[in-house]
Amino acid sequence: MGSSMTRGDIESLATDFYDLLESFKHAPFYHISFEIFLVLAVIWLVFFRKPRAIEKKLTEREKQELIDEWQPEPLVPPVDPNHPALNVRVLDGIVGKTVEIDGKKSLNFATFNFLNFVGNSRISEKAIQAVQKYGVGSCGPRGFYGTIDIHLELEERLAKFFNCEEGIIYSYGFSTIASIIPAYSKRNDILFVDEGVHYAIQKGVEASRSHVKWFKHNDIQDLERLLAEQEVLDKKNPKKARTIRRFLIIEGLYVNYGDICPLPRMVELKYKYKYRIFIDESVSFGTIGQTGRGVTEYYDIDRQKIDLISSSLEYSIGSIGGFAVGSSFVVDHQRLSAQGYCFSASLPPLLAAAAIEALNIMEEQSTPLFETIMSKSKRLHKKLLSIKGYSVMGDEISPLKHLRLANALNTIGRLEEIVQFAQTRDITITVARYLTDEHLLPEPSIRLILNVEMTDEELEFLCTVLQEALVKVTS
Amino acid sequence: MTATKKSEQRSMNPTHTESSREEFEETPTWTAVVTVLGYAILSALGWLRDFLRNVGLEEKKTSHDPNPKDFVPLYQSYECFYTRNLYTRIRDVFNQPIASVAGAKVDVMERVSDDFNWTFKFSGKKIPSINLGSYNYLGFAENSGPCSNQAIKSIEKYGLTTSSTRHELGTQKYMVELETLMAKYLSVEDCIAFGMGFATNALNIPALAGKGDLIISDTLNHTSLILGARLSGAVIRKFNHNDMKDLETELRNAIIHGQPRTCRPWKKILIIVEGVYSMEGSLCKLPEIIALKKKYKAYLYVDEAHSIGAIGSHGRGVVDYWNVSPDDIDIHMGTFTKSFGSAGGYIAGKKSLIDHIRIHTHSGCYCPSMSAPIVYQIISALSIIMGLDGTNDGQKRIKQLARNVRYFRRQLVDMGFIVYGNDNSPVVPVMIFMPAKIAAVNREMLKRGCAVVTVGFPATALTESRVRFCLSAGHTKEMLDDALKAMDEVGHLVSLRYSKRNPPLRWNELNRTDYENEYFSC
Repeated sequence: MGSSMTRGDIESLATDFYDLLESFKHAPFYHISFEIFLVLAVIWLVFFRKPRAIEKKLTEREKQELIDEWQPEPLVPPVDPNHPALNVRVLDGIVGKTVEIDGKKSLNFATFNFLNFVGNSRISEKAIQAVQKYGVGSCGPRGFYGTIDIHLELEERLAKFFNCEEGIIYSYGFSTIASIIPAYSKRNDILFVDEGVHYAIQKGVEASRSHVKWFKHNDIQDLERLLAEQEVLDKKNPKKARTIRRFLIIEGLYVNYGDICPLPRMVELKYKYKYRIFIDESVSFGTIGQTGRGVTEYYDIDRQKIDLISSSLEYSIGSIGGFAVGSSFVVDHQRLSAQGYCFSASLPPLLAAAAIEALNIMEEQSTPLFETIMSKSKRLHKKLLSIKGYSVMGDEISPLKHLRLANALNTIGRLEEIVQFAQTRDITITVARYLTDEHLLPEPSIRLILNVEMTDEELEFLCTVLQEALVKVTS
Repeated sequence: MTATKKSEQRSMNPTHTESSREEFEETPTWTAVVTVLGYAILSALGWLRDFLRNVGLEEKKTSHDPNPKDFVPLYQSYECFYTRNLYTRIRDVFNQPIASVAGAKVDVMERVSDDFNWTFKFSGKKIPSINLGSYNYLGFAENSGPCSNQAIKSIEKYGLTTSSTRHELGTQKYMVELETLMAKYLSVEDCIAFGMGFATNALNIPALAGKGDLIISDTLNHTSLILGARLSGAVIRKFNHNDMKDLETELRNAIIHGQPRTCRPWKKILIIVEGVYSMEGSLCKLPEIIALKKKYKAYLYVDEAHSIGAIGSHGRGVVDYWNVSPDDIDIHMGTFTKSFGSAGGYIAGKKSLIDHIRIHTHSGCYCPSMSAPIVYQIISALSIIMGLDGTNDGQKRIKQLARNVRYFRRQLVDMGFIVYGNDNSPVVPVMIFMPAKIAAVNREMLKRGCAVVTVGFPATALTESRVRFCLSAGHTKEMLDDALKAMDEVGHLVSLRYSKRNPPLRWNELNRTDYENEYFSC
């Protein structure tokens, strides 16, 4: 039966409520605080306590069973014995303009010997003198008696060559950029990186643990889009934005593509969006620009606007190692923070001596040498374009080009056939090799590298052989 | 501040006639207190100076950012506090340039500073010193002799580089020769060599471990091992330095509980340790680690950067020292920089392992192969060590090093210094604790003709600054005596005799005939 509240009931309810309030007024303080505490405790228990994870309370026997049952995978998965890395060509001699394979001499378009410094007698002489003075190894990291006067000389010479305040050298090209990026960019920072950068930069970016924003290769519009998006986020939280460092990581001349970065526009955007530019000029140093000073010279951009230029001594210079140049403000930090610098033995002095001599030659021969390499690259590019059936990737003045088969015929198998055929005609070329976990694996290609000492006849011969190979492979 | 664990271990080693001890004496409490006080005073002074610089009362000596002011600062001020206010005070003690071969004796270039180490100028003077800082364990850092002759001949024949990677045109016959010889030396199936020791770890551990794997590494492992482990994507857990109980606990917990969150079983577990730890002078407890590894089916990676060539009666590293089978270690790794006087690193083990690394190593596709003179220096040093050159020069060097180590270490301990590490380790760290003494010891030793390496925070724990001697087979007894005399004077000047176990003695109070007999009878 539905009971309806009578007037009397309501009155008694009101009286009870009033009595309750009165009792609160008269209750002792400790009583009230205890009640409030109980109420709060109930609210916490119901709404806020996280359910405790159920702990595994295993018996000793169960634990032992788990340990006995566990089977690890083999240390390494089975390998394919036909993998190209296990069947490489073994050479025995100087790998210069020509290379001897299986007793036959062939023209070498496969190694990064742009200025033909490999086997150069002046450089070898200086290296020998260095061995007679310093021995072979440097026996220590830079911090503990591994700094030899010849390292300091090389750093000064590189800084002077680029007209920057300071230079720093590393003992391995890969470790150079891979140690530089994590030294500046930490977890909270943002890196804008071109998708087509080479593997060492990808590893540096990974080691830094920063937020990475990849933009399409050489696509300025895509970069501007990402920058604009970030600006919107910054406006929402300006206080946080003041603590996030931003960097743009690009290459001067991309190893994987052969094209040059659109630097002028990137420098303009630098001052608009306030990021710092790190360029890796491993390939463009010693190949591009009137005196070989890289993309900054090619575009005639003031080097003070670039925060750091890193490069390698392993390509044009024909030695081993890497270096970075820039303002003292930026470069000096690496001496305590770059892992590949602080925790590694320093560059063997003979390789530093070789690099100094190579720099001497570059400065002596200067403009004629670099104009030669740029014009030969242009001529080679034209000749390659005239062969129907190939597509050529790379800037016309770049001495590094990627050759692919046109018309959807491009596979590694066919390219390997072309390489093998070329070898029978005494031309050594190579398919570009990558690891499978690259960020953006480039399409298969033959990486052609021009040596400045190649004559026009030799370039003509190369094109003839490539044409014949094409006919053989596509028939 | 935690006092160092006191651990003493006597181990009977079949390849040595005496038992070898490893000890780490406790830091005296009073010293620890004063050390922390020292750092506190330095920090307070640093804050004061920073304040004065910010206000403008003192000149800012650091370089300036060429970018406009509204760029986000490249360095946070607190990140560089240590560099500005503590490191710069004693900066002259680090990065000291040399002008000669880094052999048993070295010419240190003298630097002067007018502005308290912010900038340096070379005075032109060279200080000939006994080299106790370079890693030259077997004395192969020489600018004349069979090794450098071979290196010079190879430059004439091969040039300096191939400018090509191992997967393309970079494999020369001498690389195959080096790898075969190294595999024979280590008694393993195969070996692969790389151009840089640091890169050997950083670029190859990712090829061995990945997501779903567990890496258990010693807390005091080298930066390159930590970087390689991080880049691999595996989960990393640490165990206390050389603490076998802790390692066993980690292994058990890992297998029982599986991966975090999902509790799936681990795909594999990799234990990473070093042969000789270069800051502590301790050796890894290899037999016990191998027993644990077999019990729990884990894999073992041993980094023998400082132990290959320097430890063991045949110079074959910790495997030789502990007399274990090389097959028990899954991945042997080492460097050529320390005992072979060259540069580079290697990984050795079963052929299947090395084949896998040849395919997947980062340096196979992206780094040029090793330079010819570097390789020939290693090949000739190896031939000498293995006795393949027909002389017993190799064995002489190994014995000389062992003799030097025992002679030097014993006298330091008997003089009352706290010396860490194993009796047989060629790395001899002597504790100095206080920050100001780092600079004092280095400068005073250089004045007395000894080039030493002193290290402090952050390379070591806050209260555990030390001077680290690296002994060499190239050191003669006279050089060691000079070094001990210098250390004796400096120890007296700067009060370094902290040991509570041995009374503080001056060098001329030691019983000289005892040591000499022992030295010449070794």
